[in-house]
Amino acid sequence: MADVAFPDEAETRARWGNFAWTAENAAQATKIIARYPAGRQRSAIMPLLDLAQRQVGAETQTQGWLPVPVIEYVAAQLDMPFIRALEVATFYTMYNMAPVARYHVQVCGTTPCMLRGSDDVMAACKNKGLIKGKTTPDGLFTLTEVECMGNCSSAPMVQINDDNYEDLDYDRTVAILDALAAGETPKPGTQEPGRHTVEPLGGPTTLKEMVSGNHDYRGDW
Amino acid sequence: MPKVTVDGIEVEVPAGATVLQACEAAGKEIPRFCYHERLSIAGNCRMCLVEVSPGPPKPQASCALPAADNQVIRTDTQMVRHAREGVMEFLLINHPLDCPICDQGGECDLQDQSVAYGKGHSRYDENKRAVTEKYMGPIVKTVMTRCIHCTRCVRFAEEVAGVESIGAIYRGENMQITSYLEQAVNSELSGNVVDLCPVGALTSKPYAFEARPWELSKTPGIDVMDAVGTNIRIDVRGRQVMRVLPRINDDVNEEWAHDKTRHHIDGLMERRLDRPWVRRDGKLQSATWAEAFEAIRAVNAGSSVAAIAGDLVDCETMFAAKTLVNALGSTMLEGRQTGLSYDVSSLSAVNFNTTIARVEEADVILLIGTNLRWEASLINTRVRKAVWRRRAKVFAIGQEVDLTYRAEWLGNDAALIAKLPKTVTDAFAKAERPMVIVGGGALAVTGAQAAAQALVKTLNLVRDDWNGFNVVHMAAARMGSLMLGYAQSGGIADITAAAPKLAFFLGADEVDFANFDKSFKVFVGHHGDKGAHAADVILPAVAWPEKAGTYVNTEGRVQVAERAAFAPGDAREDWSIFRALADVLGVNVGFDSFDACRASMIAAVPALGREGEIADYGWSLPKGGTAKPSGPIPSPVKDFYLTNAIARASATMQRCSAELLHGETFEEAAE
Repeated sequence: MADVAFPDEAETRARWGNFAWTAENAAQATKIIARYPAGRQRSAIMPLLDLAQRQVGAETQTQGWLPVPVIEYVAAQLDMPFIRALEVATFYTMYNMAPVARYHVQVCGTTPCMLRGSDDVMAACKNKGLIKGKTTPDGLFTLTEVECMGNCSSAPMVQINDDNYEDLDYDRTVAILDALAAGETPKPGTQEPGRHTVEPLGGPTTLKEMVSGNHDYRGDW
Repeated sequence: MPKVTVDGIEVEVPAGATVLQACEAAGKEIPRFCYHERLSIAGNCRMCLVEVSPGPPKPQASCALPAADNQVIRTDTQMVRHAREGVMEFLLINHPLDCPICDQGGECDLQDQSVAYGKGHSRYDENKRAVTEKYMGPIVKTVMTRCIHCTRCVRFAEEVAGVESIGAIYRGENMQITSYLEQAVNSELSGNVVDLCPVGALTSKPYAFEARPWELSKTPGIDVMDAVGTNIRIDVRGRQVMRVLPRINDDVNEEWAHDKTRHHIDGLMERRLDRPWVRRDGKLQSATWAEAFEAIRAVNAGSSVAAIAGDLVDCETMFAAKTLVNALGSTMLEGRQTGLSYDVSSLSAVNFNTTIARVEEADVILLIGTNLRWEASLINTRVRKAVWRRRAKVFAIGQEVDLTYRAEWLGNDAALIAKLPKTVTDAFAKAERPMVIVGGGALAVTGAQAAAQALVKTLNLVRDDWNGFNVVHMAAARMGSLMLGYAQSGGIADITAAAPKLAFFLGADEVDFANFDKSFKVFVGHHGDKGAHAADVILPAVAWPEKAGTYVNTEGRVQVAERAAFAPGDAREDWSIFRALADVLGVNVGFDSFDACRASMIAAVPALGREGEIADYGWSLPKGGTAKPSGPIPSPVKDFYLTNAIARASATMQRCSAELLHGETFEEAAE
């Protein structure tokens, strides 16, 4: 991230200088701010930045990002110095500091996913024309490699927009990307047939009696 | 009062003290980078690790750990040594080995502590991180690859300077300290981050590659850029003042100095008067001292003589001029060049009575016609501290400016002083430590001084152990000049009305010289500014670092500066000029050396001999009567960076003014 410069300032200012909440988001922002005690309104910076990013996304038909004037707008609403808001926005990876595509493909590359084949997932993305840190020319996909997203028991996984796709391999990844490109909505969650969430593959191996009801194991000890 | 044992030494520390402070109390040196006495505690450099029991069996950051009763602290164990070596090795992983070309070299915390606590070698073979330079304005040069992320600069900007524009963006290895969008840090205190930076990431731009610390001779001095009397150290190489750094004085400047104090010094090398000049046929021509003296003698002024003191002069200079003028039979002395004529019958009524240090204790503050940030930056930081720490309430009358803290602006009308809104009087009624600060702008409004003095009674400003009535001056010479009697009851207008045949201007550049067209004007000063242009004879004197002198700051504190450098060319010390003039004009001033001059000054005004003490003016208010001031209060400081002849001659100050106050942009030279 460090070498990613903020996008051209004059241009961004011209485009986003007049950013303001939509009526709906303005109400939502007020609601969010009200969650925090008086004098601690600055704590609302994170949900508000997220809200702003989503509004930018809605306006640009993408996953949204945080142009500097938008960060300033949010900071001004919370009466906090711009640099403090910028610190937050640049610290967390889920705030995009540069525009992303309609589908933000975030491939987990941390150890459990890597052991379970995240290299194949990356290869599938690459063969579909996605380049790490870049947006495809058709504006559909932005690829990012991220650290652990907490789906280790159904690794490997990608997060695309707000949904997780788990238990991937090369073909399943290609299928998901194709479906998204065709405008369909693939089923989020595990892609393993017969698996619902993150239950063990091939049925439970321990605590089997618990499947049917609440079993008291204390007598077995 | 917890009692702790540090390496077998038992010490008692005040409640709330940290383990680091306890170690210091026991005389142990604890290495640190992020910890700073005057900033909040961050605890992120991990250099101050010590072993503490009871507690987890691992080294602990002493700066962020409160000292508790019966703690046993070890700073000399193998574990602590290892921990320090480890931290040092990690800090140096991404720190470039560019000490030979780094301006911090020789006075670098990282260098020193690496020698004292480091391992002596590195096991790191990977590529080092590199960070692009950040633009922080005309004063601060950045080499961010050297940054170790102590965040002292961030905390200083937020807590002391009150300009929240420095921060740390990105995270982890990519973390970078930067100003917001790399805009200039628009603070008059920005130079302090250079001193705070423990490494060479933030260095002084005007001083870049100029000198090494071991080449400099260091002399204690007193700043003359404003009336706070900042304690400074003057670093000189050869004849040139290379830099000015603040000295620690908790009663005055803590350890800060504003940018004008630090960086006006390049003006000392420009536009200097290095030989006498005499006006012949309407044009100033270079002359010898003898010719210049002859021209003054030829005026034959008799006792029609006046002396006007400028803002930067020391008490000895003013005393020497006063002695000469008195010996000639005149008492026409004035220091308020711009024409102020406030009542000085009681010096305590024009003094900063609360004292600078105790400003922090105030809980309700009323500022009258003062842009404190520009008139006395380091008093402004104290007010900010009162607001920040004690939640003091600040009201202000005058032109609205950003003071770096929240002030309730009542309007710019002097009539408000006599008729304060109810919210203000209510707040003062409940105040325990009420304070009023009257600025130079207010003193210029007729009746405002009397109206402000009336507040002493109505707002109950003076109590046991507390005097909340303050006047803040802007000239380093002001309190000294008033103590030496440089004040006419009608101000400088009295002198112009008397139209003296001979008028001495002691570095006075802000005078309206058109009013002196009937006088033979002798400018005794060091810079070719407005005063020299208007003069009939110019006698080159020395600038502040080139003479020893006594200064009295706005709270009446008498401070003595030593001589640090030598003046260029034929310039002479001020006292010796007046001593020589005495012979030329055939009178006796009674001193033949600087020491004798100072001694007779102290004999005349004993308070000037008590260095470091606040002169006791007694407490009394002149009978003001009922004054009804009205009208807008003018702002006496038009341009913070260009308030005097030296600053106007300084390229750095001109650039600061153009860039920070007038919004000009400068292209940075590619490196």
